[in-house]
Amino acid sequence: MTNLLDVQSLRKNFGGLAVTNNVSMAMAPGDRVALIGPNGAGKTTFINLVTGNLQPDEGRVLLVGEDVTERKSAERVRRGLVRSFQVTRLFYDMTPEEHVALAVLQREGTAGQMFGHYARRMAVMEEVGEILDQLGLTELRTLKVREIAYGQQRLLEIAMAMALKPKVLLLDEPAAGVPQSETNRIERALDSLSPELAVLMIDHDMDLVFRFATRVIVLAAGTIIFDGLPKDVTQDQRVREAYLGSYANAGTAA
Amino acid sequence: MAVPMAHQPKPTLSIGKRFTDNGLLGVLAILIIGLLGYFLVPNNLALLTQIVAIALLVLSIDLVTGYCGVATLGHAALFGAGAYAAGIAAAHFGVTEPLTMTLIGLVGGALAGLVSGLVILRAHGLAQLVLSIAVIHLFHEAANKASGWTGGSDGLSAIMPDPIFGMFEFDLWGRTAYVYALLLLAVVFVALRLLVRSPFGMLARGVREDPIRIAAMGASAHSVVLRMYVISGAVAGIGGALSAISTQVVGLDSLSFTLSAEALVMLVLGGVGSLYGALIGTVVFMLFEDTLSAANPFHWLTIVGALLIAVVLFAPKGLYGTGLAVAGRLKRRPS
Amino acid sequence: MQTVMSIAIDALAYGMVLFVISIGLSVTMGLMRVVNLAHGAFAMIGGYLASYAARDLGLGYAAGVLVAIIGTVIIAVPIERFLYRRIYGAPELTQVLMTIGITFCVIGITNFAFGPTLKTIPLPPSLQGSLDLGFRSIATHRIFAIASGLVVAALLWFLIEKTAFGIKIRAAVDNAAMTAALGVRTEIVYAVSFAVAIGLAALGGVLGAELLPVEPYYALRYMVTFLVVVSVGGAGSIPGALIASLLLGAIDTTGRYLAPEYGEFFFYLAVILIVTLFPRGLAGRLK
Repeated sequence: MTNLLDVQSLRKNFGGLAVTNNVSMAMAPGDRVALIGPNGAGKTTFINLVTGNLQPDEGRVLLVGEDVTERKSAERVRRGLVRSFQVTRLFYDMTPEEHVALAVLQREGTAGQMFGHYARRMAVMEEVGEILDQLGLTELRTLKVREIAYGQQRLLEIAMAMALKPKVLLLDEPAAGVPQSETNRIERALDSLSPELAVLMIDHDMDLVFRFATRVIVLAAGTIIFDGLPKDVTQDQRVREAYLGSYANAGTAA
Repeated sequence: MAVPMAHQPKPTLSIGKRFTDNGLLGVLAILIIGLLGYFLVPNNLALLTQIVAIALLVLSIDLVTGYCGVATLGHAALFGAGAYAAGIAAAHFGVTEPLTMTLIGLVGGALAGLVSGLVILRAHGLAQLVLSIAVIHLFHEAANKASGWTGGSDGLSAIMPDPIFGMFEFDLWGRTAYVYALLLLAVVFVALRLLVRSPFGMLARGVREDPIRIAAMGASAHSVVLRMYVISGAVAGIGGALSAISTQVVGLDSLSFTLSAEALVMLVLGGVGSLYGALIGTVVFMLFEDTLSAANPFHWLTIVGALLIAVVLFAPKGLYGTGLAVAGRLKRRPS
Repeated sequence: MQTVMSIAIDALAYGMVLFVISIGLSVTMGLMRVVNLAHGAFAMIGGYLASYAARDLGLGYAAGVLVAIIGTVIIAVPIERFLYRRIYGAPELTQVLMTIGITFCVIGITNFAFGPTLKTIPLPPSLQGSLDLGFRSIATHRIFAIASGLVVAALLWFLIEKTAFGIKIRAAVDNAAMTAALGVRTEIVYAVSFAVAIGLAALGGVLGAELLPVEPYYALRYMVTFLVVVSVGGAGSIPGALIASLLLGAIDTTGRYLAPEYGEFFFYLAVILIVTLFPRGLAGRLK
């Protein structure tokens, strides 16, 4: 079976600093991967390299077997590689309904249509309603995004990503800024995603990571130092060193 | 915890809402106010016709500035291209059928929109603004140099449009021209109203707010704005053609920086990002200009400048936006 | 050969005048991030004041230059305080509209006050003749303009690189919020830089009157020329502005000598080519 996403020896330097240093990883349908690592490990840079927001110095990105390293980010999205942003990027004068509808229309290829109104299309409105309902945004659907709370804006980010029906979904800290009471909405939404889909999530909320992920990748100083099952990650010596520095050794010795 | 589906999707809109959404109300307003003008100032229909032509230019700026967020000071290039295209077709090739001339103006404007869009969208921010100013100067210099075609600084005259449908002759008082202008404006207005409410219009608003987000949805912001530039050029081109047909001359001032800047001022005065704002701004500005600029062009320039500063400081949403806000506040306050 | 030499001298003089006028625009745009379309309007005020002092009052060239600089700064300071300060950090369109408004007002008011005619600034005898270099002679005024440009460049370099105030300017260009957090009163840095920038614009307007005639629509005619210097050179960069000024001076002067019937066609074509090729400027801070 071909991998949905295949990242081969990615390298990116900022000045003299190797922010991504020879990183390779692959994701198959159904993968639920958590990408973790200390601050400054290069997680967001890695996501940006995969999505095409940054160009790598070396290495390749393959999407369903096709080399997309030279493709622009929008073209990668059209091939099924969708991301959410660490800090929300939304259209503040538009409503949640319009956001999700635009994403649905874009996926269908009718977002460039110069006449008609999405609200008259029953199928579109039904799908929009379902997605908004799933993330608990139904009551806010006709408010302007600038009028809704930040946690709800984060949920809308995920709603838009879902509406694009990706093959590979990259979530950059989806739960950051979402109140505890609302994180279960995110989890339920993630659970409901198609099993055909591969999901990569960055997050600092370890409870969320362990409930969600079937596989964990740890990035430190631009290099993958662990790629394996969640239950093994806390026992790994290099991971302990990366997070705890020299105290890790002191801890095991004691 | 789960919120019940409070708002079921309502794909069928009420008739009243459809009426306002599709701009039928706007068309009605255009026709009523237009006809009022016809009866109130029957001796100055030429001015009213010119207002309509410029209103098309201002609407076309609104498409790229108001809906896509591109600040441009060179949009008269699109208007002038339409005017010269229609004028040259009539004066040099004998194409004097008014509807055909309008169509030629539309195509000329759309081509100019494509060219200047390709140039201007190469850069962002200050560089983009510089490009837009350079484009209008370049068009101006080119038209000046190609005087064999354009008449240079003397202007292009000898434009003699046929009667519309062979029946309605362009009369000395400009009645036919004015009615034709009003009908053109009404048609364009409905088309634009559909456009800005369409998925594409929504996409354009998205580009204005966050182009990177648009790319993350798989759409190309550049392609959206470029398409809008071509449409904008078509609208401005119709305006230019109308100006050529009604005045029967095309001058270099239709390709000037001043016209570009003034049209932007009209848009801002009325309210950026709204078709109604564009229309209101044009009418108010041009009526003022007609009464005030006759005295001394420099006084007029001072007034325009002061007006701009005042709008920026006190009414950044323009007349229409500010009016809406005030009306909203009054409505909310229980009397 | 003669022509090449004349073009070179004129281009150099023109480029230096462009530099003196535009450098202030470059620094203030780097500092305050305001798209200022009204900069040429201040050069125009300088030209009108100098013409009035030197020609109509008969005070002489040196006094004309002084009157121009001081008078223009006095006019500009309240404009900065009450109008520009309102648009720092505002969207680009707002800044464009405000500064175009100021430009229109300046054109209208100066022409109302001084009459809508071309203004000449009579040169003193010492600048009227030409300097004989043996193989050919060069108009003294051109040499004066070139020398003034070099002096301005050197003084600015010293001010920005070697003084305490220069450090504050560079810090504020780089990161205004951080500089303010360090206790630097950025609004004073802004106001002083603005005054210096306007003074230089006025000086340039007077120096360049032989090459960029002081006429009623001066502020609009040369608007894009000054802006393109900043856009090509990069906001806030002295070497960038110098290179861009010389480049544009060369292009414009060559075009006028070799293809005068095309007017400014080739100049604007070159502007479009340069800006599309280097949308972030030749040497600007890429931020």
